[in-house]
Amino acid sequence: MIPLKIIAILLGLAILVMAFVAVENKKLVVSIIAAGAVSLFASVLYLVLAAPDVAMTEAAIGSGLSTIIFFYVLNKIKKERKDHA
Amino acid sequence: MLKKVFVVAVLVVFAILLFRSYGLMDAGTRLNPVATRYAQDGPEEVGAANLVTAVIVTYRGLDTLGEVTILFLTASIIGFFLASGSHQEPRSAQGTGTSEILQTAARVITPIIFLIGIYVFINGHLTPGGGFQGGAIVASGLVLMLLANPGRKVSHTLISAVESISGISFVILGILGLILASGFLDNSILGPGRFGTLFSAGAIPVIYIFVGLKVGAELSGIVSNLQQTTKEDT
Amino acid sequence: MEQIDLSHIAITAGILLLLTGLWAILTQKNIIKMIIGFSLFDTGIHIIMVGVGYVRGKTAPILDEAVNLQQAAREVVDPLPQAMVLTAIVIGLGITALMLAYALRLYQKKKTLDVKNFNDLKW
Repeated sequence: MIPLKIIAILLGLAILVMAFVAVENKKLVVSIIAAGAVSLFASVLYLVLAAPDVAMTEAAIGSGLSTIIFFYVLNKIKKERKDHA
Repeated sequence: MLKKVFVVAVLVVFAILLFRSYGLMDAGTRLNPVATRYAQDGPEEVGAANLVTAVIVTYRGLDTLGEVTILFLTASIIGFFLASGSHQEPRSAQGTGTSEILQTAARVITPIIFLIGIYVFINGHLTPGGGFQGGAIVASGLVLMLLANPGRKVSHTLISAVESISGISFVILGILGLILASGFLDNSILGPGRFGTLFSAGAIPVIYIFVGLKVGAELSGIVSNLQQTTKEDT
Repeated sequence: MEQIDLSHIAITAGILLLLTGLWAILTQKNIIKMIIGFSLFDTGIHIIMVGVGYVRGKTAPILDEAVNLQQAAREVVDPLPQAMVLTAIVIGLGITALMLAYALRLYQKKKTLDVKNFNDLKW
């Protein structure tokens, strides 16, 4: 079995790489999806830290509803930009 | 150029402060005294198998009341802010409709999602779960319904009726705990069942059901408000 | 490798995520990117809090067959930070939704998402 510390280090690195992608990329769609991926890896990290309640909440809210809300607003903005152009 | 230097300086100061307080945040190998008391007296006093639920609903019940209030404020501010004049935008001119796979699959999967959400917040005191998780799952089911046919009108009166009734019931249960038992949101107003079954832990299942319904209704209201805003002229 | 504990790894990851979110808030010009930065900042703080509550080698605070009832205080991790983080995650979603509603309204008035154009309140 892979020891838990190695899994935690890999998850930490994945979180930091995806956060960097979310901030630096020029397109908004890639940024929003990268933020959802940060939430997903954080949810697995909570499970490694022995917190199943928090993992369930973060997976349902952070990487589900939050990403959906971002995409709704982005869609509205794009629709209005197309109406005005 | 000066702005970049300033930003880097702020970040470096924050990093030094946070890493300097590393030693204070160390976990150690034993629980601190407060957590020891919650873990030892929790099963007899409260009767819930899930210690986090016991902390949220009984030991720290006032914080849950505050959080429910903040969610209600947020949902009403968003509803007030994004409400526009007429809601009768012609939905038939939406462009391409959604695909048939999505519509058929949503018809099958949405009741299952609602069922899972309700299961999660009814069994909040036995397994990992509870009101907030169950409410979020119910709101995700509503999002799937809205994705499958975007022209569907979500009745705002139903959502606000469920939310208001759940909020008032939560406060009434808390006040009942103040009158009949020893404190606000005390859960010994109903008897403790056998430890580990569904009807145990006093009033915790009832309280959490109302919290779950309220959170689910609020998140659904937020999502449907963000989806249904029409364009306002100036 | 024995001095580095699981909670140290989690706290370090949380601190770096916090700094990344703070950098996004301070340097980005697009309002939606700033809101993503706030969301990353929130997630970093939650990871730090759950990492503080971890006790070495113990299990989750749910009393079922895996945990002996009498010795529960010696076998579970701290349930208090987990309860607080649960509340904080839901409130963080509420705040993000509120900021996005404001951003939508600002775009409808000014037709741009760049922060440099909103200088109505400067003297």
